[in-house]
Amino acid sequence: MKRRRLWKFHGGVHLPQQKTISTTMPVHAAQLPKRLVLPLHQHIGASAKAVVEVGDNVLKGELIAHASGYVSAPIHAPSSGTVVAIADHPIPHPSGLHAPCIVIETDGEERWVEARPYDDYLHMDPSHLRNLVREAGIVGLGGAGFPSYIKLNPGADKVIDTLILNGAECEPFITCDDMLMREQPEQIVEGLHILQHALRAKRCIIALEDNKPEAYTALSAAVAKSERCNIIEIVQIPTIFPAGGEKQLIKVLTGKEVPHDGLPLHIGLVIQNVATCAAIHRAINLGQPLISRYVTITGGGVSQPRNLEVLIGTPIQELLEQCGALDIEPQRLIMGGPMMGIAVHTSSAPIIKTSNCVIAATDDDLPSPQPVMPCIRCGACADACPALLLPQQLYWYARAKNLERIQEINLFDCIECGCCSHVCPSHIPLVQYFRFAKTEIWSQEREKERADLARQRHDSRLERIEREKAERAARLQKKKQALKERSAGDSSKKAAIAAAVKRAQEKKARQQTKEPSANEEDSSQ
Amino acid sequence: MTIAPSSSPFAHGTSSVTKVMLRVIYALLPAIAACVWFFGWGVIVNILIAVTTALLCEALILKLRQRPIMPYLLDGSALLTAVLLAVALPPLSPWWLTVLGVGFAIIIAKHLYGGLGYNPFNPAMVGYVVLLISFPREMSSWLSPQILSDYSLNFAATITATLNGQLPNELQLDALTMATPLDTLKSQLRLDHSISETVSSHPIFGLLGGKGWEWINGALLLGGLWLIYKRVITWHIPAAVIGTVAAIAALFYLYDAETYASPLIHTFSGATIMGAFFIATDPVTASATLRGRLLYGAGIGLLTYIIRTWGGYPDGFAFAVLLMNMVAPTIDHYYQPRVFGHKRK
Repeated sequence: MKRRRLWKFHGGVHLPQQKTISTTMPVHAAQLPKRLVLPLHQHIGASAKAVVEVGDNVLKGELIAHASGYVSAPIHAPSSGTVVAIADHPIPHPSGLHAPCIVIETDGEERWVEARPYDDYLHMDPSHLRNLVREAGIVGLGGAGFPSYIKLNPGADKVIDTLILNGAECEPFITCDDMLMREQPEQIVEGLHILQHALRAKRCIIALEDNKPEAYTALSAAVAKSERCNIIEIVQIPTIFPAGGEKQLIKVLTGKEVPHDGLPLHIGLVIQNVATCAAIHRAINLGQPLISRYVTITGGGVSQPRNLEVLIGTPIQELLEQCGALDIEPQRLIMGGPMMGIAVHTSSAPIIKTSNCVIAATDDDLPSPQPVMPCIRCGACADACPALLLPQQLYWYARAKNLERIQEINLFDCIECGCCSHVCPSHIPLVQYFRFAKTEIWSQEREKERADLARQRHDSRLERIEREKAERAARLQKKKQALKERSAGDSSKKAAIAAAVKRAQEKKARQQTKEPSANEEDSSQ
Repeated sequence: MTIAPSSSPFAHGTSSVTKVMLRVIYALLPAIAACVWFFGWGVIVNILIAVTTALLCEALILKLRQRPIMPYLLDGSALLTAVLLAVALPPLSPWWLTVLGVGFAIIIAKHLYGGLGYNPFNPAMVGYVVLLISFPREMSSWLSPQILSDYSLNFAATITATLNGQLPNELQLDALTMATPLDTLKSQLRLDHSISETVSSHPIFGLLGGKGWEWINGALLLGGLWLIYKRVITWHIPAAVIGTVAAIAALFYLYDAETYASPLIHTFSGATIMGAFFIATDPVTASATLRGRLLYGAGIGLLTYIIRTWGGYPDGFAFAVLLMNMVAPTIDHYYQPRVFGHKRK
């Protein structure tokens, strides 16, 4: 087969992989936890709305919260049991705040709700397929958590040239997609067929890095068995962070750049994560909603780093125990990778749909950064930036709080991949500066919106007062007019009175000609 | 003291300011060795005096500015400034010349502007220019290459000469020194001697440039290429500097070979290579964008050639760098790279 031409994206960094530590053991299902904690907000978009109440019995796969809005996703019970609480609980979020969760006490019976598989999706309308994906609560499992069905709705006029499956798991430590590709390649290829049908894509690419030869072999075998292998291509790309970023992967595979204010759709591409694709297969062919996923449990804080198939809602603590949590205090718990993951503040927080990896990191895994030195303007950050930004200039403007200029040099094109911080010889926490600037701009915008709203209110109040005044004046005017008209209407009467007065006056005048003093008085009036 | 970050990225690279600075110093070692070979121990004595002065000045100012002393002393930046200036000074310079130059570089050019990362002008070049303007006689008395000289000083004699100006066996300094190749060219041109005449008749000219200088420049080139290989610097500035000097020199050389020196002489005598790889690439004072660096380097090359050919100084590199330092922020302002997903403006 002819080798596909690949492109390069600017920058990126080569990171120590630290992946092999968690790929030695096959993937098993994690033990059923006593309690499952399901945050209502596990995806991008509006929170789901609970449809169960405390005390309700639920079956495995039963809907417990429905999507509220276009960009939202429903949530299903990962196992059978009883809803014991709908309350705030710690969630994996950088803020460390608590958020509303449905807590289910499992009964250990794993009784399924009646599954409704659909085997003839080929005769199904894409819009129907889309709806099934939406009802299964499937969101992007690569980390972003964007509701998947939206990506399956390109619009009638859009032609999808290429459907890309993203198996480029570029962050260190994470191996869940790698293990899925090794162990369940058929699921991925099945899901790919469904996606291809739903999008009417002309061709498909499964992309993964060249550090995953086992996954490549397994996928190749699965694709060879499929009936549409002629339009599916598996492409190995060079291992460099962040090749798994959507825009970077598209650049590597096609040489095209997604416009900064656009979507892959606008250049005829749809890109889905491999795990999302497998979940879509399970939703359509097996009728199972998204209730579990592969999760990597790794780091120096556990003695048996590995991948587990985990029910959504399982507390992190239970997974750490199953992987041999060591007595040593892990310095920190990280959900996701060491470059773009988030610090988890408590191990009671649950695995959610977007949790691909838990790192119980010790100081050996991820040493604390060295003391910060002044920027020497070496430009290493700009050389590493995949978005082609000038991190060093962004940094100066962020420090100076020059929020106008920092937007002019495209702060919002920063994907916060962390490459600049990683290569900085002065150990400046650049990404933190950029987040600060972004937050500052957002809060200013909110402030401005509030001020605008207040001004609008004030203006409309003034307007109302003006209007009322004008209306009052108009009413008064009208009244006067009416009065005038009425009096005009009575003119005959008036004329009679006037005539009478005149006659009386004339009479008086005739009498007064004889008395001049009285006449004087009359004229002075 | 640092605490574990509470937000990503949690992984960090192993690069550091100290490593960057030390690598530049390592890259200078072959040239320093060549310098010792051709011009004696003077350069080593210069370096010892310069480094001591630099570290003392740095510590003093850091203390006055109430900054942590050790992290900044160990960052290697003062060390590098000292070594660069020491290599640029004539061997056998009197000790006070070195002390003055380095002191001015560290205290005035670096710390009065805010210290590491904040100085708009290259400190070593500021020190060099101050000395060049104030002490032209001392600054132009280069030793003759040892292959041309009947005398050579041992290490002890070099130290004595540097400290109190005394030469052994009642030697006069004039017996040891001679004009640099570029200096020779300039003065001979003033006497209406043509370039080819000067180069063929004067013993100081070698195969590519000046005798000795061509070897030192070769060693500098080697070190500079290693810096590019190690990604301490990018190729843009050195290529632009040398390319511009050579291109303009070639143009004029083709026009009139008797009045204008060849591109080889321009490249391999004087400070072209040292400046292109080690001075102009100083990140703090140079342009930071890739296309900006090309323009910045070309500007230095152009100014160097102009000063050398029509200016009052035989070598204009230090002036060219300082002039372009002033322009660097403006260049960066106008030479923004095209951001991913944006159309080129």
